[in-house]
Formats: sequence, C-alpha cells, structure tokens
Amino acid sequence: MLFACAALSVAITAAIVWVLVSESWMFFSQIPLVTFLTDTQWTPVFTNARYGILPLLTATLWAAGIAMAVATPLGLVLSIYLSEFAGPRVREILKPILEMLAAVPTVVFGYFALLFLTPLAKQFIPGLSGFNLLVPGFVLGIMILPYVVTISEDAMRAVPMTLREGAFALGMSRWRTAFSVVIPGAFSGVTAAYLLAFSRAVGETMIVAIAAGQNPNLTGDPREGAATITAYIVQMSLGDLPHGTLAYSTIFATGLVLFVITLGFNVLGFVLRRKFREAY
Amino acid sequence: MSDSMNAPHPIRDTSGDQTMTQAPATETPVRAQVRDLKFWYGKFQALNGVSMPIYDRKVTAIIGPSGCGKSTLLRCFNRIHDLYPGSRYNGEINLAPEGVNLVDKGIDPILVRLLVGMVFQKPNPFPKSIFENVAAGLYVRGIRNRTEVEGRVEEALTQAALWNEVKDRLSKPAFELSGGQQQRLCIARALAPKPKLLLLDEPTSALDPIATAKIEELMDSLVKDVTILIVTHNLSQAARISKYTAFMHMGDLIEFAETEQLFTNPAVSRTQDYVTGRFG
Repeated sequence: MLFACAALSVAITAAIVWVLVSESWMFFSQIPLVTFLTDTQWTPVFTNARYGILPLLTATLWAAGIAMAVATPLGLVLSIYLSEFAGPRVREILKPILEMLAAVPTVVFGYFALLFLTPLAKQFIPGLSGFNLLVPGFVLGIMILPYVVTISEDAMRAVPMTLREGAFALGMSRWRTAFSVVIPGAFSGVTAAYLLAFSRAVGETMIVAIAAGQNPNLTGDPREGAATITAYIVQMSLGDLPHGTLAYSTIFATGLVLFVITLGFNVLGFVLRRKFREAY
Repeated sequence: MSDSMNAPHPIRDTSGDQTMTQAPATETPVRAQVRDLKFWYGKFQALNGVSMPIYDRKVTAIIGPSGCGKSTLLRCFNRIHDLYPGSRYNGEINLAPEGVNLVDKGIDPILVRLLVGMVFQKPNPFPKSIFENVAAGLYVRGIRNRTEVEGRVEEALTQAALWNEVKDRLSKPAFELSGGQQQRLCIARALAPKPKLLLLDEPTSALDPIATAKIEELMDSLVKDVTILIVTHNLSQAARISKYTAFMHMGDLIEFAETEQLFTNPAVSRTQDYVTGRFG
C-alpha cells in the first residue's frame, strides 16, 4: 500500500516529464534550438512568427532576481533574529505569522501587487507602468520569505550550542557569533534555502501573470511590464489554440525550460542540504 | 532545595573551618579569589557559597561527582552562564592585580571573556580554516595586522603542541583534524589572545588515552605562563597534573588543599571517601 503511494508519485512525476519532453519534441523538430535560445522576439501566434525564448526568460529572471534582492537580506536578518536573538515566546508567535504568508493564495498577492502596490509605487517611481516587473518582483520576494526563513532558521538552529559557547567564550558578541560562527556553520543549509526559494520564485505564476502583464518584452528596465515564462503558459493555455499546432507546442517547450531551471536549482539545493546534514 | 537534600549528609558537620578556603600567607601569589560565590539556575541553587583561591600560574583542579557544581563553578569564571536566561550570581570572583569582580552585575560579560580563555568538554572548532580558528579571538580584540596575527597564531599553535602537525595546511578546514588535534586547536584558540586565566572543562573526556596524555603534557608546559583551572572527572588526572585540588559535592566546596595532601591525607572524611572510590 505504502509502496503503491510512493510508486504513484514517482509515476506521476515521470509522466509529467514524459509529456513535457515528447510534446516539445515536435517544437524542437521544427525550430532549431539555437534560434529558440538566441532570437530576441517571441511572437508564436503572429503571422510572422518568431520563437526566441529570451524575452520570456529575461522577464522571469528579472522578477525572480528582484524577489531574491528583497528576500535575501530580509530573510537573513529575520532568520538570525529568530534563531539567535528571539526568546522562545517571541519565536512561537513570529514564526507561525510568517508561515501564514506562505498560506496566502498567490492570486491574492497578484491583485495586491496590481491594484494596491503598483498605484502606490507610481507616486514614488517615475515612469512605472501599470504592468511592470518591479512590483510583482517585490511581492514575489515577500511571498518566498517564509521558505527562506524557515529553512535557514532550521539550519542555524542545527548549529550546535557548543559552537556558540566557544564563540562567546572568546569574547564575541551575539552579532559577531551569528555572522562569524553560526552562518558559516549553517552555510550549506542557508544556501539551500535560497536556491529553493529562487526556484519557487522562477516557477511562480499568478503574481507575475496578473501584475507584470502578458506582453513578451525583452527589456532591461524593470519598470516596464513583460510576460514571464509562466505568465505566457497561462495565457496560451487559456486561449483556444488548436491542438497539435506549433503554437500549441510552445507551451511545452517553454514549460520544459522552466522545468530545467527549477530542477537544476532544486538539485543543487538538495546536494547542499545533504552536505550540511553531514557536517555535525 | 539543596538544604533539605543536604540535611542527611554529614557534609556540613565535617566541613566548616578546617577547610582551606582562604589563601594562606605563602609566597605563591593568588591570581583570583572566589568569595562566598552562589549561583542559581532559575530557582535551583547550584552553588551554595564557594570560597577558594586560584593560585597564579598553577593548575587548580576541581573534582567531584556528577552534578556537584564543578562545571557550574568553572563557567562562572567567564560568565558563560549569562547566555541562558534565569542565571543569577551572588558573591565574588576577584581577579587579583586587576581588582575586578568577574561576577559583578555591572561588569560586561564580554569584558570578562576577553580576559579569560576557555576550552570545552567536546572539541568545538569553528567551521573555518585552522588558521582562522586560532585567529578568531585576535580579530575580536581588534588585532588585524597580518604580521602580528600570523605571529600570534604560530605562537599559540606551538604552545598547544600542534604547530608541527598543521603548519603546512593552515588553510584547511579545522574539521579535517582528528579529535585530539581539534582539542589542541581549541586550546590554541583560547591561548592566542593571551588570557589571564585558562578554564578547561573536562577537556580530555572525549579523547583517547594517547590524545589525553598529550594534552596533560601540554598543561605542564602551559602553566609556566598562564593560570589554569580544570574540571575533571578523572581523579588520577587531577592527581597527575594539578598543584591544588578542590573537591565539591552538591554545590558545596568540601575541601580545598594541595593536591598531594588532598589525595593522601584529606582533612574531611567525605573527601577521603570520594578519592578512595567509596562513593561518587
């Protein structure tokens, strides 16, 4: 019975990969991989169709990058605070609140970004479009914060108390102990937390689909809107593309790219976590 | 709590004035004087008024059965108890020429730890290189001059009898060393800032006999320069390495004497019972 459950999940994963690969096979048999990776236009449903993943990929990386720029410092400070400074009572209150952030449906985050934060940010940032990468990137950063904090705080708390005592005995302050002993001790766990959070940000759909717009746009300016890979997939899946066309197969090709990115980061995170478990 | 538990024991009757709790007017200078030191973990009183001298550049051993308060006493000397909430001190540990009471509430525990070095029961090297481990205490004290740091690291590693074994791999992680080497590294780390007092909390309990012998040998040479206070479970170790010994039981100092006298001709019958193995 248990084996059946385990086998089922493995089978489903394998099936997903199989569908992704086989469906995008049709795409790559018609569009060379080099064109796919280097063309700067993504217009699969236009009469003069172009199939360059770059606009979608840069938008995805912009959004995820901004998210990481928000979540990295905030997550580090929060997890240090929770693991090294907060008393047990504060931790018991703060952590569930933080974890509740992870329970907020992402569609709520998306409309929060589009209808509340973007109009607000427009007053401070000149040239900010109604759809842009900056605000959803920021909201994405808040969304992944619980993942970052939970995993890195666990890693920091796994650093043995004897190490902290050694640091304090040398005359280190709490901050110094946190930065020069606890973080190096939890390094692979903390890194794993960020990698997992990044792949979560890359794969996130609703926030960017709602607040970053649906227009493939190769841009260096995060104030502009641009469709990410996930936003594109949503847009296409909701449309009425005939099955078996080249445009239809783009869904799977872009999905495969997304899968490769997140898989890569997950594997890296997994390897680092394993290494960190072995440290003590 | 401790009073009621002590009542059936003859400790109170046999201890008292005949123990040597004040420094006699000998030629050996006193480095620290403990006076009526009491300590509480929350509501539990772990030390019931301990008084004893710590002689300059001598090894003083603290022995006693598990839970007698010997580690608690040692950990008062660098205020490491302050890390845990509910710790409370009363009494004095006066550092002799400096005239500071280490357990005074007005004294910053970090200041105390800058004067006192400590080595723990289990080797606790930081997740850094061998060099960085020894240099850590120097950085805390603002010593950053490369030549000076390198000189002090070499000096400390030489004092800890580790230099020849590690001089070619100073940049390697400290975790790669054997347990005995790690413990000597921790001794070097404690010695590098030239502490006034070196605390050793059962430093060989996690080591094999050969590594233990090395560390005992080391203490013989270290004591020429630094005052050593060691807690040990191992009576023959105390007899081998220390000049003075304090015997504790249930938070009370039962007897303090020259080691030879304490082991061969103790003044208190309780001590006699313990050192001859009749209890504990």
